[in-house]
Amino acid sequence: MTHQLPPLPYAFDALEPYIDTLTMQIHHGKHHAAYIANLNKAIAGTPFEEMPINELLARINEVPEEIRTAVRNNGGGHSNHTLFWAIMAPNAGGAPTGALASAIDATFGSFETFKEKLTAAAINRFGSGWAWLIVKPGGALEVISTPNQDSPIMTGDTPILGIDVWEHAYYLKYQNRRPEYVANFFNVINWAQVAANFAAAQR
Amino acid sequence: MAFELPPLPYPDTALEPAYSARTISFHHGKHHKAYVDNLNRLIAGTALEGKTLEEIIQLTVNDPGKAAIFNNAAQVWNHTFFWHSMKPGGGGQPSGPLAAQIVETFGSYEKFAEQFKAAAVGRFGSGWAWLVADGKALKIVTTPNAETPLTAGLRPLLTVDVWEHAYYLDYQNRRPDFVQAFLDQLVNWDFAAANWSK
Ligand SMILES: [Fe+2]
Ligand SMILES: [Fe+2]
Repeated sequence: MTHQLPPLPYAFDALEPYIDTLTMQIHHGKHHAAYIANLNKAIAGTPFEEMPINELLARINEVPEEIRTAVRNNGGGHSNHTLFWAIMAPNAGGAPTGALASAIDATFGSFETFKEKLTAAAINRFGSGWAWLIVKPGGALEVISTPNQDSPIMTGDTPILGIDVWEHAYYLKYQNRRPEYVANFFNVINWAQVAANFAAAQR
Repeated sequence: MAFELPPLPYPDTALEPAYSARTISFHHGKHHKAYVDNLNRLIAGTALEGKTLEEIIQLTVNDPGKAAIFNNAAQVWNHTFFWHSMKPGGGGQPSGPLAAQIVETFGSYEKFAEQFKAAAVGRFGSGWAWLVADGKALKIVTTPNAETPLTAGLRPLLTVDVWEHAYYLDYQNRRPDFVQAFLDQLVNWDFAAANWSK
């Protein structure tokens, strides 16, 4: 048992009305838990068993081929959801401040333009996946999206903000209306945590 | 002639309780309809306007510049095929020549059901599981997102949608329960048998 489900950093109903309690319970308690259980099963008895999750993803190409897909999908799922819970919070939203705000303005022109880009990336990801704000190895910010549970860490980038656009993330409350979910997601972004992630990625 | 959303082959309550009217209202009325509307918008005024759905799928597959057209066209086709793959009072076992071929290929109906369920549950992310004819042979395949066996020269006989929107309101994270219900209570073997005999 290497990896364990991290407790949610707030109550299941803390993100209401934007993200409903039942969705949070199933998303954390079932989906995230299943990724961890399947990851642990895949790496059991291998040299990768004790490796921290994000190091495991950064070294995904060293993982033996017979378990690589399972590690990619379930390890990605574990890392992505762990970040996702942390960058949301009750009474959050608004806009970033400080160095992150300056970097967003410098990169995208304005916070509004960044918001449009992240929204478009989240809405246009066909099928299951994620939209991200990442820090490139040289320190530059970029908005990207990945399919399924692929993590930006697998290609050497550092995700500092991610929005889950698997249908399980929003279907109970929003059904087919992904754009409404994405718009409401901006009300729960924990910018203090994203700024901390940004600072850590600079080091 | 723009494409139109094909009506459901049964009332929206007909698959209750295994597949709820509420799920159908979104799945057919919103998702399937959006694919139709998007496709019409994307091909309007292009060389693809006036082609059949199958032609559009074959002409756009593997063309990164036409991914949106392919995705919507294939999803229109896949969903129409999916609605026909279910029926009120469905489930049970196939009969006739298809049943014999299933036994010959998989060993027994039970072994087929086991493999079909494993395929549908094992498709990571969004996609489809299919029973197809590959020439005279039967195969179980899965496809991601909008992809369809048509473009691999395979002949679909039956499909189950395993995008989360297909089952989330009724089954949430329990995809295996949905696929089991599909096999036990929903699957339209008459449709599969007719496709096999074509
Ligand atoms: Fe998720
Ligand atoms: Fe669907």
